[in-house]
Amino acid sequence: NNETAEGSGGSESGDGSTQELTLATTTSTYDTGLLDALNPVFEEKFNARVKTISQGTGAAIETARNGDADVILVHARGAEDEFLQDGYGVNRRDVMFNDFVVVGPADDPAGISGMESAADAFATVADAGATFVSRGDDSGTNKKELLIWEAAGVEPSGTWYREIGKGMGDTLVQADQSGAYTLSDRGTFLATQDNIDLEIQVQGPLKGGPTILKNPYGVIPVNPAKYPDVNYSLAMAYAGFLTSPEGQEIISNYTANGSQLFFPNALSENPQFGQYVPVNYDGGENASSSASVSDAQFESWVAQHVPEDF
Amino acid sequence: MFALGDLNLTYLVSITAVSLYVSTAAVALSAALGLPISLAVGFRDFYGKSVVTSVISTGMGFPSVVVGLVVLLVLSRSGPLGTFELLFTPEAMILSQTILALPVLVSVSLSAVQSVPQDLRDAAFAAGGTSTDIALLVVREARYGIVTALLAAYGRAISEVGSVLIVGGNIVFSDSTSFTRTLTTAITVEARKGNIETGIALGAILLALVLGVNALGARFRDRTPGRNGRGR
Repeated sequence: NNETAEGSGGSESGDGSTQELTLATTTSTYDTGLLDALNPVFEEKFNARVKTISQGTGAAIETARNGDADVILVHARGAEDEFLQDGYGVNRRDVMFNDFVVVGPADDPAGISGMESAADAFATVADAGATFVSRGDDSGTNKKELLIWEAAGVEPSGTWYREIGKGMGDTLVQADQSGAYTLSDRGTFLATQDNIDLEIQVQGPLKGGPTILKNPYGVIPVNPAKYPDVNYSLAMAYAGFLTSPEGQEIISNYTANGSQLFFPNALSENPQFGQYVPVNYDGGENASSSASVSDAQFESWVAQHVPEDF
Repeated sequence: MFALGDLNLTYLVSITAVSLYVSTAAVALSAALGLPISLAVGFRDFYGKSVVTSVISTGMGFPSVVVGLVVLLVLSRSGPLGTFELLFTPEAMILSQTILALPVLVSVSLSAVQSVPQDLRDAAFAAGGTSTDIALLVVREARYGIVTALLAAYGRAISEVGSVLIVGGNIVFSDSTSFTRTLTTAITVEARKGNIETGIALGAILLALVLGVNALGARFRDRTPGRNGRGR
């Protein structure tokens, strides 16, 4: 009975054998079923097997920081940038986006329905003391939620604010059961909708809502200089596949309950350099040196990579 | 969605197989390590014995998530055993479940071993038995309790979620075969998606498995009761 469990171990391929790629990703890409549409095509094309570990964005990034994943697909630009700045990730690409929505019980006890500002809606929920369920798990959604509380100028605390430390689906179910508000990515909300009675009270930017509810996803291979054992070539192949016309089309065609869940944004004829480097990146140490940036960079390459006795 | 609607047979069979494989291997390992320990501790009187037994029974209540985190740290590529690349494999799950099952097995079998009367051991010794003979005799006499210990350890292993989720990574391949997803971690996925009925259906399968294992153990235990069948 243990054949399923064998053939594990180190996966650095020999020629022609199947390679394994460990993908650490968020629950939203997995639970919506998107990866079930993408990964088989990738596996076929590259003779690979994808081991998907779906966690919150915070946990996925931590897994990659420990060198236990080859590539990450996550949605928290701030945390992604920190991951890049610390040298753990390379070659980030934008992949797709959707948005967050503020959902709540149909009778909307706090009266936030249709508000144009997410921050105002949160403040109103807090004022009303209406129950709000927070992921509380350092996920991308949790990070976004905290950002909105900050924008609202509210320090959420009290018995009405419940941090539950669970995935998005669990959180929606719990919010549903306790007649609470919560923040959800639109994809998971649409995919879970059949099982719950919550309704969208504040729309995201896809349907005219505030831009603060934007939800962009990025793919980042793990830096092989930090962890030589990661399968970097295959990680790059995966990033390449997600951002290729083929991968982007699969994302575009993926629907749940008749709605498109994710909107691909990797393909563009115009340069979009912002995706490659952390937001507000200033060129690091090199920028402050008196020599030009590229000269200083070149000198550091020589110092680092050319042997003394060359 | 209707119950089990999106779960195919391949998936069900393979998560069940992983559950059985991991738990069985973990209990076998625990038995190989634990029975000698319980014999050694049970037979001898030594200074600090009560402390040792307390430590062992404390281990029964050890939080599985903490075990998972410790195993994660140790097996991670950035951890001490990182070069073996064991994290997110069934072997990692076996390791964490062995750590969880071992104290249960030792504790319960220890009390069984200790319930074997001292005079029986003395008699065997007087009759010229070697220490191996005596150990085998004690195991035979305490069989009832030892099988109970194995079943308890099995129950702990197969129903556990926290540590296997962390060290296994809950991986299923795109052809629906499980690599490190068990029945229990599959239930957490269904719960996360709000598919409560499907989760409960998986729980029923798990329960049926545990029942089957217990029936098997009980049959073995009761078929040829030792003289000490009153053991527990």
